[in-house]
Amino acid sequence: MKLLLLFVGAAITNNFILARFLGICPFIGVSKEVPTAFSMGMATTFVLTTSAMVVWAVQNLILVPFHMEFMQYVSFILIIASFVQLTEMAIRKISEPLYKTLGIFLPLITTNCAILGMALLIPLKGYSFIESTIFGFGAGAGFTLAMVLMAGMRENLEFADVPKPLQGAPITLIIAGLMAIAFMGFSGMLSM
Amino acid sequence: MDLSLFKVSIPSMGIMGAVFAGGLAIASSKLAVEVDPRIEEIEEALPGANCGACGEPGCSSFAEAVVNGNAEINGCPVGGSEVADEIAEIMGVESGDSVRKIARLLCKGGKEETFNRSEYRGIESCKAANIAGSGNKSCVYGCLGFGDCEEVCSFDAIKMNENGLPEVNDDKCTGCRNCVEECPKDLFILVEEDQEVFIHCSSQSEGKDVKEVCKTGCIGCGICAQKCPVDAITVEDNLADIDYEECINCGACVEACPMGTIDTIETEAEETDEEFEAKDQGAATDNTEKEENEANEVEDDCSIYITDACVGCGVCVDECPVDAISGENGEVHNIDSEVCIECENCVGACPTEAIETE
Ligand code: SF4
Repeated sequence: MKLLLLFVGAAITNNFILARFLGICPFIGVSKEVPTAFSMGMATTFVLTTSAMVVWAVQNLILVPFHMEFMQYVSFILIIASFVQLTEMAIRKISEPLYKTLGIFLPLITTNCAILGMALLIPLKGYSFIESTIFGFGAGAGFTLAMVLMAGMRENLEFADVPKPLQGAPITLIIAGLMAIAFMGFSGMLSM
Repeated sequence: MDLSLFKVSIPSMGIMGAVFAGGLAIASSKLAVEVDPRIEEIEEALPGANCGACGEPGCSSFAEAVVNGNAEINGCPVGGSEVADEIAEIMGVESGDSVRKIARLLCKGGKEETFNRSEYRGIESCKAANIAGSGNKSCVYGCLGFGDCEEVCSFDAIKMNENGLPEVNDDKCTGCRNCVEECPKDLFILVEEDQEVFIHCSSQSEGKDVKEVCKTGCIGCGICAQKCPVDAITVEDNLADIDYEECINCGACVEACPMGTIDTIETEAEETDEEFEAKDQGAATDNTEKEENEANEVEDDCSIYITDACVGCGVCVDECPVDAISGENGEVHNIDSEVCIECENCVGACPTEAIETE
């Protein structure tokens, strides 16, 4: 039950994009079409989950025993970058067109603050290995959810009569803000 | 600070890095995507200027497009035929007609042939002058002569000559289209290197208006179209146009043109830089000579005359590009032999076949 709550908490109440405001850049950049947004979400989820596991291991088996907590940032970035590389290769192998549509945002997962944020939250909250994994996965699920919701809205936005000055990025940001307000509504449900 | 920290942190980071690097190395060999090696080879053969003249965002996308069959082998204008041959070799096909394209000017009316209809005192640029009432040249279609093209040419292939017209150095021109896009009058076109005959005019004014503003503009008389053995020339909107696919460079139109609008450019002769510069100076004198020739031609007695069969319908008057025919309605018309350029347009037009040639 605790794990389920943790998952829901990471995915919805404390949604990384809409409640913690992390990872806004791909959220705006790759949310034009639902399929690509979904794939981007999946790629990020993969990186989030795997690096959550490794981050926990590195933190608790290397950094803490040797009193090197100050090395957190360096080592976490190292972990994240490696997994992004791996994902990139895998996606290129699986689907070349997807690789092309994700374009620069794929390698940019490395510098996606959602992932570093997740990595830094794990030692902060003192999660166990299982908890860390669930937390990473939940974060990814929430990220994907927000991406797909946004993409769905933007697809429909194509048919909307948006005033000229608001077309493109401005209206997207307004929508993001409204979505964030909606997600804030969940925050009373669970306290984390 | 405790120095012993280094003892642990450096090796541990090193080991972590090594482990990840090893993992990625294995993954990359397992997940390797086969990229067509030809793409890399072609990329190496290309000039690498990433100028975008081929229409692709850069050299590597062009290489990819070639391999995928989305771009022509000779699509790189900067590399020219050499690069095209190399690409052809990589792709294992004939490079075919990888003829280089060169920029040509569709105007021949320099300072000698035209005049200024007003004084222009503004920014010394064709673009600016064009905005100010289409420029101050007598012919609104003609080259403004401020040399925007010379400026924009990154290969130093365009020089303004003394007559105020840009001259293209065939050797240096890469067909990059910069001048084509820059010229506010759209006077540059890209034509295959081996094309020799050009109609150097873009005026769509009526014949008599052209004669008023330019000594060498196309008046749309259509003699060239008549004389062309392969029907490569058509006249539309008072302007003759050559179909370069059809043209056999015979030069029949060059001789026929009463205005001297059509020219041959010797493409065989490799113009060296000095010659190119020497030509700059020589251009002005050349032009005066030509004018004299033309003047002689016009003075020659006209070989077309109207017989008594004329019913005075006036059809020929409308046909004449230079307004040489006059006469009262219903009476026998007259041809002014000084003005007539012997285009024979009226001969075919006369419903009573009253116009004859000697
Ligand atoms: S840019 Fe066009 S108008 Fe200007 S000088 Fe060159 S050819 Fe003439």
